[in-house]
Amino acid sequence: MVENQEKQDRDSDQPLLTVEGLGKSYGHLKACRDVSFALYPGEVLAIVGESGSGKSTLLQLLSAQLAPSAGRVSYRMRDGVMRDLADLGEAERRFLFRTDWGYVHQDPAMGLRMAVSAGANVGERLMAVGWNHYSRIRDTASSWLERVEIDTGRIDDAPRTYSGGMRQRLQIARNLVTEPRLVFMDEPTGGLDVSVQARLLDLMRNLVSELGLAAIVVTHDLAVARLLSHRVMVMKGGRVIETGLTDQVLDDPREPYTQLLVSSILPA
Amino acid sequence: MYVAVKGGERAIENAHRLLAHERRGDRDVAEVSLAQISEQLSLGVDRVMTEGSLYDRELAALAIKQARGDMIEAIFLVRAFRATLPRFGATEPVDTGKMEVRRRISSTFKDIPGGQILGPTFDYTHRLLDPQLPEGLDPEMPATSDAPSTAMPRVTDILGRDGLIEPAPRADADMPVGDLTREPLSFPADRDLRLQNLARADEGFLLALGYSSQRGYGRNHPFAGEIRLGEVEVEFLAEDVGFAVPLGSITLTECQMVNQFKGSATEAPCFTRGYGLAFGHSERKTMSMALVDRTLRARELGEEVLAPAQDEEFVMSHSDNVQATGFVEHLKLPHYVDFQSELGLLRKLRKEFGDNAQSEPRMQEAAE
Amino acid sequence: MNAPTYNFAYLDEQTKRMIRRAILKAIAIPGYQVPFASREMPMPYGWGTGGVQVTAAILGRDDVLKVIDQGSDDTTNAISIRKFFAKTAGVATTTRTADATVIQTRHRIPESTLHAGQVLVYQVPIPEPLRFLEPRETETRRMHALGEYGLMHVKLYEDIARFGHIATSYAYPVKVNARYVMDPSPTPKFDNPKMDNCAALQLFGAGREKRIYAIPPHTSVVSLDFEDHPFTRYRFDAPCALCGAGDSYLDEIVTDDKGSRMFVCSDTDYCETRQSEGHRGSESAAPHKERAHG
Repeated sequence: MVENQEKQDRDSDQPLLTVEGLGKSYGHLKACRDVSFALYPGEVLAIVGESGSGKSTLLQLLSAQLAPSAGRVSYRMRDGVMRDLADLGEAERRFLFRTDWGYVHQDPAMGLRMAVSAGANVGERLMAVGWNHYSRIRDTASSWLERVEIDTGRIDDAPRTYSGGMRQRLQIARNLVTEPRLVFMDEPTGGLDVSVQARLLDLMRNLVSELGLAAIVVTHDLAVARLLSHRVMVMKGGRVIETGLTDQVLDDPREPYTQLLVSSILPA
Repeated sequence: MYVAVKGGERAIENAHRLLAHERRGDRDVAEVSLAQISEQLSLGVDRVMTEGSLYDRELAALAIKQARGDMIEAIFLVRAFRATLPRFGATEPVDTGKMEVRRRISSTFKDIPGGQILGPTFDYTHRLLDPQLPEGLDPEMPATSDAPSTAMPRVTDILGRDGLIEPAPRADADMPVGDLTREPLSFPADRDLRLQNLARADEGFLLALGYSSQRGYGRNHPFAGEIRLGEVEVEFLAEDVGFAVPLGSITLTECQMVNQFKGSATEAPCFTRGYGLAFGHSERKTMSMALVDRTLRARELGEEVLAPAQDEEFVMSHSDNVQATGFVEHLKLPHYVDFQSELGLLRKLRKEFGDNAQSEPRMQEAAE
Repeated sequence: MNAPTYNFAYLDEQTKRMIRRAILKAIAIPGYQVPFASREMPMPYGWGTGGVQVTAAILGRDDVLKVIDQGSDDTTNAISIRKFFAKTAGVATTTRTADATVIQTRHRIPESTLHAGQVLVYQVPIPEPLRFLEPRETETRRMHALGEYGLMHVKLYEDIARFGHIATSYAYPVKVNARYVMDPSPTPKFDNPKMDNCAALQLFGAGREKRIYAIPPHTSVVSLDFEDHPFTRYRFDAPCALCGAGDSYLDEIVTDDKGSRMFVCSDTDYCETRQSEGHRGSESAAPHKERAHG
C-alpha cells in the first residue's frame, strides 16, 4: 500500500514539500520573509544569493532546524499524509532527519564522524534503524562507497585521512544510504578545488536523477545552480526576488539584481 | 603449594594502627592542638570550611588534624559529617552591604566612598622566608583607629545606579533555593545551583580555569570591582515566632568582578558581572569563583562557548574535589577480574595478529 | 562538641525514603537510570558509596548480608564495607551466597544461581553505557529517551572492523526488557548471561554519578551483538586449580618470578563450597580451615 503511494508521489502532481508565507525575524531584524513555493518529488530547487541574502536561514527553516516566526512548512510523509513540521515531536523530527531526509553540510566534518571509519559512517543510519548483521552492513556501505567513487579499500579508514573531495562524497553516501526522498544541501561544493567541484557536481547530478531525489541546494555559485537544479529562487535582503526554471532565469534574468549576479560570473 | 590469601581484616586493623602512629609523629614533639590550628593556620581552616560547606572552625581544625594536613581529606571528613546533620531550612539571605568590613579594595576606582582598606593581606609582603618565625614571634600590636562612620556602598551598586552594570540577577522570592546536596544536578543548571557548585569547588581547579580565561580561553576582560572581607549576621526565619532570629555572625569574603560589556538591538550596552563568595578569608577562591561564574554565563549572554571555562557541564561535573579524588584514587582498589578479561582478549588478538603475519608472505608470493 | 549518633544502617530515614523512591522508579522502568541525591558517605566516592546507599536503604534487621569484591569476601574493600554495616546496622553477615538475603558486589556476579527473595546490589562507577562515546549528559539523556542507540552499534562495528571481534571484555552493554541499553557495571562479560531472567532482584547504585537503576526478577537482558558476530563469553580455558570447576570465572595468580601461573576460581565461596564437598583441583590439599570473618 505504501509502495503504491510512493510510486504515485513520484508520478503524480502531489508536492513533497509546501511552504507558505515563511519568515524568520530576530527582534526587528528580518532574516527572511514571505517565502512560498512547492517542491515536487524528483525536483531540484536551487536557492541562490550572496551572503546575507537569507538563504542559509531559509534552509534551516525548511529542514526544521529553526522555528519560523511566520508561515509554515509542510512535508508529505511516507504514508502520504501532509504534516506541518512545527507539529512534529522531537522524536519524529529526528527520525525524519535520519531516514527520509538528507542534509549535506558545506563542511563535511560537520556531517561526518571524523574519528570513525568510513564504513561505520555510512552504516550508522542503517544500524540506527535496526540493521543487525555486520557483513550486510559492511557490504551495503561498501557498495555506496563505490557509488560515490571512493576506493572501497578505504572503507576502514577514518575520514580524517580523506581529502576534502572524498570527505564530501562520503558525506553524500552517509546521507543516501537510507534512500531519502528529500536532500538539503548547503553550499555542497564550497571550499573545494574547481576541478574537484566539477567531478562532484557531476556525481551529484547523476545520483539525484538515478534515485529520483528531490533536493534543495543553497549556493552562491550560479554554475552549481545551473548544473544541478530544475528551478531556481534568487534571494536578496531576505526575500525571494525572482523565481523560475533555471535556464530561463539564468539566460534571461528579469530583475536588475539577478542580471547583476549573472553578469558577474567570471568566464571559465 | 598455593594457599589462597586470607587475613584481610587483620591487615586493615594493623594499617589503621600504623596510620594513627604516623599521624602522631615523633612523640617527643608536642601534639598540635585544635586551637593552634584554628588560630595560626586559619586560612587552611577557612578553606576546609568553604569546600566542606560547613561553618565550624573547631570541626574544620579537627578535620585538618585528623587528615594530617591533607586538605582534601579534611574537606571529605567535614562533608561526611555534614551529611549526618539535621537540616532546619535556609537562612535569610545575608546582607554583605551591612558587613563589618575589615578589608575592602576596588581596582576599578582610585578612591571610593568608605575608602580603600587594605586589612590583613599578603599582597604587598616580600616573599622572603622569615628566619624569626621558627623561634616564635611575638609581633607588635596592630595600629588602630576609630571605625569609619562613612557608609561603604558596594562599587557595583555605584555603577548600577547609573545603569552602567547589569542589575544583580533577581531570584524568584517564592521559589525554594536549589540545593545540589538534596537533588541531583542536571544541565543546564540554574544560577543558584551553579554558584553553590562553585562555592564548594576545589580552589585549584577554579584557579586554573579563571587563569585560563584571562589568558584567552573565554576572555571577558575582568576588573575586580570590589573585594570585601568581614563579619555578617546570619538570620533564620523561625516560623513559630514569625520573625527572623539572629543565629550569630560569620566571616565572609565577597568578590564582585566587573566584566566585558554587552548590549543588543533592544538593550543598551552595560558591564556584566561575576560573583564569588566564601567562608573566612578566601580571596583567591572568591576571585577565581567570580571569573568562572562569568565564563559560565556565556550561553546566557549569547557568547560562543569555545573554552573549557565556559563549558557548564565540564566545569560543574569536575569541580568537586571529594568526588574527584574518590574516583581517581579508586584505581587503587583491586581490578584484577576486569584486568583478567582484558588480558584474555589481548592474548587472543595478539595470537590472531601473529597468525595473520605468518600467512601473509605466502599470499604475496602467490600473486607474483 | 556533640558526639554524633547514627541511625540504623547510617542513613537517616528521610534519606532512605528518598532512595527507596528512586529504587521503586528504577524497578518500574527496567534499565533506566534514575537520578537521586547521593549523600556524602564516610567512604570515598568511587569506593562503593552508591552500592552502600542502596543496601542501607533496603536493609532490615533480619537481613543477612554478604559483601564481595572481585568475587571474594576477603578483599580489603569488601571487608571494610561489611564492617561498616556490622557496626551501623548490627545485621548478621555471611560469606555463603546461598544464605544471604542481600549481596553487595563489586565487579562479579556469584557463580551459584540466585533464588527468589535475594537482592543483588551492584557497585557502579560509570552508569552511562554511552559515556565514552558521548561525554555530554544532555546528549546521552536524549539518546535514551528516544531509543537512539545507533552510536553504540557504531562502536561494535568499529571493533570488528579493527580487531575482528567486539573488543569489550567487561562492562559489556546489554538491552534490558527490550528497551533501555544499560551498563551492567564492570563485571566480566562472562557474567552477562546470569542477569537474564534472574530470580533475584538486581539493583545498581552509582554514588558519585548519582544514578540508580534496576532489573526486576525474570526480566530479559540481552547482550548487544551482531547476528554474524554473536556475543560469546570469555573464560580462561582450564579447570580451577583448587576445586576443579570447569564453569567458573578464574583469577590468574602469578606464583613465582619465572612466569609460572595458576588459575583459581574468583568466587571464593563457590570454590570453598566445592572443596568442602570433596571436589579437588590439581593444586589443592585439604580444605581450608580458616574462613573469612563474618
